Amino acid sequence: MNIRNLISYAFLVLILGLIQVFFLKNLALFGLAFGFLYVLGILILPTSIQTIPLMVIAFLLGLTVDVFYETIGMHAASATLLAFLRPAWLKVTSPSGGYEETEEPSLFELGPGRFISYSFPLIMVYSLVFFMADQWGTGGFFGVITKSILSSIFTTFLVILVQLLLFKRKRGI
Amino acid sequence: MLRILQFLYRIRAFIFFVFLEVLAMGLIVSNNSPQGAAFFNSSNQVVGDILKKQADVVQFFSLADANEALTQENAEMMKRLTLLQTKPDSIAIPLDSALSSNYQFRGARVIANSLRFSQNYLTLNKGAKHGIKPGMGVFNSDGAVGRVKSVSENYSVAFSVLNTGLMISSKIKSSDVLSSVQWDGNNSSEAKLLYVPRHVKTQAGDSVITSGFNAVFPEGILIGIITKVEPDTKDPNYLDLTVKLSTDFSKLTYVYLVENTKFNELDSLYSQSGMTNEY
Repeated sequence: MNIRNLISYAFLVLILGLIQVFFLKNLALFGLAFGFLYVLGILILPTSIQTIPLMVIAFLLGLTVDVFYETIGMHAASATLLAFLRPAWLKVTSPSGGYEETEEPSLFELGPGRFISYSFPLIMVYSLVFFMADQWGTGGFFGVITKSILSSIFTTFLVILVQLLLFKRKRGI
Repeated sequence: MLRILQFLYRIRAFIFFVFLEVLAMGLIVSNNSPQGAAFFNSSNQVVGDILKKQADVVQFFSLADANEALTQENAEMMKRLTLLQTKPDSIAIPLDSALSSNYQFRGARVIANSLRFSQNYLTLNKGAKHGIKPGMGVFNSDGAVGRVKSVSENYSVAFSVLNTGLMISSKIKSSDVLSSVQWDGNNSSEAKLLYVPRHVKTQAGDSVITSGFNAVFPEGILIGIITKVEPDTKDPNYLDLTVKLSTDFSKLTYVYLVENTKFNELDSLYSQSGMTNEY
C-alpha cells in the first residue's frame, strides 16, 4: 500500500463513517434491516495485510462507530470477528491461482459473483454477533435471525452500491 | 520452552483476537452497569458537539411542531395558574413543609436518540455545568421518557424507557396498584406492566402513571395507557399487561429533567434502614 492508496483509503473510511453515523444510524428498513456500511472499510483492505493490523483497524473503526451509536463494544466485537475471519475466508473463496494480481478484494477486482460470495457471509457473521450482543439476555432468538438476515442483505446491497458510485472501474463489468 | 514460544508465536493472531474480543465484551458489560464507562459514550465532548450540529440541522424542520406543543403546554399552565391565583377569602396560612416543593425542573434538548436496539439511549445537550446529575428523571409533556445515566461537562446520556435495563416504578391510576413498567425490546410504542397481581381488576384504557416512590419522578407523570390484559402464561400469580406508551419516541425534541432535592436525605435514610433503592 503506497502513500496515495493510504490517503484515498483514509478518505473512503471518513466518508463511510459520516454516512454511517449521520444517515444509516437513523435508518432501519421495516424496523428490521440495518445498514452497516462502514464494514466496507474492513472488507476492502488489501489482501496482503497481516491479520493483527487488520484486527486493530477493525476494532478501532467499530469502537468509533460505537461511540456514536451508544452501543459501546458491540460494533467493535463484531468488526474484530469479521477481521479475524477475513483472511481465512479470502483463502477459501480465492480462485485456484490465488490473489497475485488483485490487490484489493473489491467489486471490480473480484467481479460481482465472487465479491458477493466473499462479502455476504462475513457481513452475515458480523450482523449475527452484533444482534446477539444487542439482545443478550432478553431472549428473542427469531428476532436476532430475521434482523441479521435482512441487515446483511441490506448491507451487502449498500456495499455494492457505494463501490459502483465511488470506485474507479478497472475492467469493464 | 522454545517450542511453546514458537507455538504461541504461530497463533499470535488468534491470541490477539481473543484479547480484543475480551476488551470489547468488557466495554459492553461496563457500559450496561449503572456507573458506565463515562468516556466512551456520546456525552464525550467531541462526539456531543458533532451530534449537536446534526440535531441543529435536523430539528430545524420540526420547529413548527415543537412550537405548537409548547404553546399548548403554555395554555395548560396558564389554566392551572389561574386556579392557584384565586384571592384568599380568609387569612393567609403559611405553607407546611410537607407542601413545599421537593422537585426542581430543568429543560434540555435531545440531540441523539435511538429506537431500534434493545438498549436505547438519549443524548441531551445539557450537562453537569447546567446542574444535570445522574439519576434525574426525564419526561416531556406527553409522558415519561427516561432517566439520566451519565453526565459530562456539557452533555448527558439518559436511558430511554425503550431500554430493557430500565424499570420505572408506576401505578395504575384508577386502582393505585403498584407496578413496574419495563420495555420488552419488541415494539417501540409498547411496554410491559409488571408485578400486577391477578386479583386486580383492570381493563384496557386505564392509564398508568409514575408512582413517586422511587425518588426519580414525582407522582402522576403519565407513562401510557393499558391496551391488553391477559393472564401471564409464565407466572400464574400475575397479569400480563401491555401498555401503549404515551410518549412518541421517534419525535423527541425537547424534554424536561426533574431532580428530587430530598434524594440524598431519602437515600441515606434507606441505607440506614438497610433498604436498597433500586430507582
